[in-house]
Amino acid sequence: MFHWLEKNPFFFAVMVFVVIAFAGLIEILPNFAEASRPVVGLKPYTVLELAGKEVYKKDACIACHSQMIRPFKAETDRYGQYSLSGEYAYDRPFLWGSKRTGPDLHRIGNYRTTDWHENHMWEPTDVVPGSIMPAYKHQFTNLADLETAYAEAVTVKNVFATPYGDEFQGTRAAWEAHKPKVLADAAKIAADMKNKDVKEAVAAGNIPEVVALIAYLNRLK
Amino acid sequence: MQSNAALEYDYSVAKLFTYATILFGFLGMLIGTLIAAQLAFPELNYLLGEYGTFSRLRPVHTNTVIFGFTVGGAFATFYYVGQRVLKVSMAESKFLMIIGKMHFWIWFIGALFATVTLLMGYSQSKEYAQYEWPADIVIVILWVLWGVSIFGLIGIRREKALYISMWYYIATFLGIAMLYIFNNMSIPTYFASGGLGNVMHSVSMYSGTNDALVQWWYGHNAVAFGFTVPIVAMIYYFLPKESGQAIYSYKLSLLSFWGLMFVYLWAGSHHLLYSPVPDWMQTMGSVFSIVLILPSWGSAINMLLTMKGEWNQLTENPLIKFMVLASTFYMLSTLEGPIQAIKSVNAIAHFTDWIPGHVHDGVLGWVVFMIMAALFHMAPRMFKREIYSKKLLEAQFWLQTTAVVLYFTSMWIAGITQGMMWRAVDEYGNLMYSFIDTVTVLHPYYAIRALSGVLYLTGFIMFAYNMIKTMTSGRELSEEPQFRSPMA
Repeated sequence: MFHWLEKNPFFFAVMVFVVIAFAGLIEILPNFAEASRPVVGLKPYTVLELAGKEVYKKDACIACHSQMIRPFKAETDRYGQYSLSGEYAYDRPFLWGSKRTGPDLHRIGNYRTTDWHENHMWEPTDVVPGSIMPAYKHQFTNLADLETAYAEAVTVKNVFATPYGDEFQGTRAAWEAHKPKVLADAAKIAADMKNKDVKEAVAAGNIPEVVALIAYLNRLK
Repeated sequence: MQSNAALEYDYSVAKLFTYATILFGFLGMLIGTLIAAQLAFPELNYLLGEYGTFSRLRPVHTNTVIFGFTVGGAFATFYYVGQRVLKVSMAESKFLMIIGKMHFWIWFIGALFATVTLLMGYSQSKEYAQYEWPADIVIVILWVLWGVSIFGLIGIRREKALYISMWYYIATFLGIAMLYIFNNMSIPTYFASGGLGNVMHSVSMYSGTNDALVQWWYGHNAVAFGFTVPIVAMIYYFLPKESGQAIYSYKLSLLSFWGLMFVYLWAGSHHLLYSPVPDWMQTMGSVFSIVLILPSWGSAINMLLTMKGEWNQLTENPLIKFMVLASTFYMLSTLEGPIQAIKSVNAIAHFTDWIPGHVHDGVLGWVVFMIMAALFHMAPRMFKREIYSKKLLEAQFWLQTTAVVLYFTSMWIAGITQGMMWRAVDEYGNLMYSFIDTVTVLHPYYAIRALSGVLYLTGFIMFAYNMIKTMTSGRELSEEPQFRSPMA
């Protein structure tokens, strides 16, 4: 059979494809519906949090931080309750990470504050002496992309039936109507911060990346 | 079989890919060395403003060495090996020539474009699948072009039976196509929201645990079909060609090929041990990882036994040295991986530096060594010149071998140290170390790794220099060498 296959490239390719596709069908498909079910009480990310998640992705925090607590005592003592599948139901993409050059962040909202994050993102070694994390000062001046975050919320609502309210519509008018809510969320974060430039920007309706990022990190519980 | 003399192979596409592979190799390893140094000396994070932090550069490093260097090496060798094992010249078909050149330029420009988008922060944040959807579409196009090249050449072949290397190239093509498309399924938000926001942004079709499963099915098998399958294709061609020895066993190559194809795809879930992914999948991942030793070692042993009775070549020919050491590192890496996939070992190893350590003994020792050896073997045939310097080749070999050993030993120690410290408890059951203790303790190992990066990069520059000198000022050859590559 093998000699025959080696002379018939078409059937050879078909055979290879069947053999490599097999595992995916058996291993990945069966779990699909079940794994995406949210835990009770899970809320979708707010637009500000989504914008913060974009900052997390943009600066690739995932390169050094995980968001997945394993069921070991050493991990639950350090980070809190181990992670459940349903907690990630609205995470597109999943951000479990594969490397802990820094600590896990899945429940960082439980034990770090806005103030702590502000100091830490500005100069990590001021807060954690010996830290090798770079400072992310540019997040204090770069503006978060709120409109794209809103577009993402509308997209997942329309395509995946993620439970956002009826006011989430794919029109500019709907976005303009929702925007004050986002700015109010940002103002709450900024109220706990001390950086003058950030406060001024937020008051003027421009949201620096760090504000959105902190909103996202505070949400991780 | 026709005689080789009758055919004049056309290497114009292979040459283009060769130049670009060397360029991307240099860039990828330069960034790799920089980010390794950043972990030891964090001040180095501020060389390029927001574009120079470890986190922004790490995906640039991985994607450049994967989609630039390694995939480029696979293409370069394919446009060389394909013609020769199928006994057909690219020059015989104007159509295939145009496809080949388009393939090169779309890949090259696409890779540069994708790198810029990553630096700007456009990222899906899925490992080795960071490129946003416009770059994904470019990748699909160039992949289809490669498929046209492969099956086009096969269509006009004179040698009816496909040589083993062709099996592996076909598998690379199919495997990456399947994995890449499914893992990158995403919806551009601009189009799904009536034109709001940034046009580059997209949202994954899968969420949470599903996304994790698809991603690591992809992530692990991108290693399979990027770092293993095309490299095996190379060694099956270049080792016999360089040594003048026939492949030791056809049956072993059959077993290894079909075994690898079947088993590899199951193993991805070993990246998700102790995660919320169902237990049975984790167990499947572990079990198949162990089984994977068989086809992996099958290929490697087949290569080593091909040298049976001719081991003297190891001392005489540096290219044989590179290839034999590559097979050996392949064996090391494919034993180490399964060990890490055992659940109780993984509990310590996961999230630590042992993982990048494992990846790099595979890629530095196996992938890069094999690609460099292949390009060195091709150079005298493509440019009709002798390899510029044997001495430089020898020096490069030892320098880079030392670098690989420093890399994986330091990362083994770092990883196990950190894994043990994370779980250490005192007599009352309290955690003994705060997280930062487990970071500062790693400084010496990070410094050693940075040093190893510098050594390896230096070796790669020696390789690039030797290649460029070969192309421009190597002694001209009157006829094509049959086996051993001539070198001054």
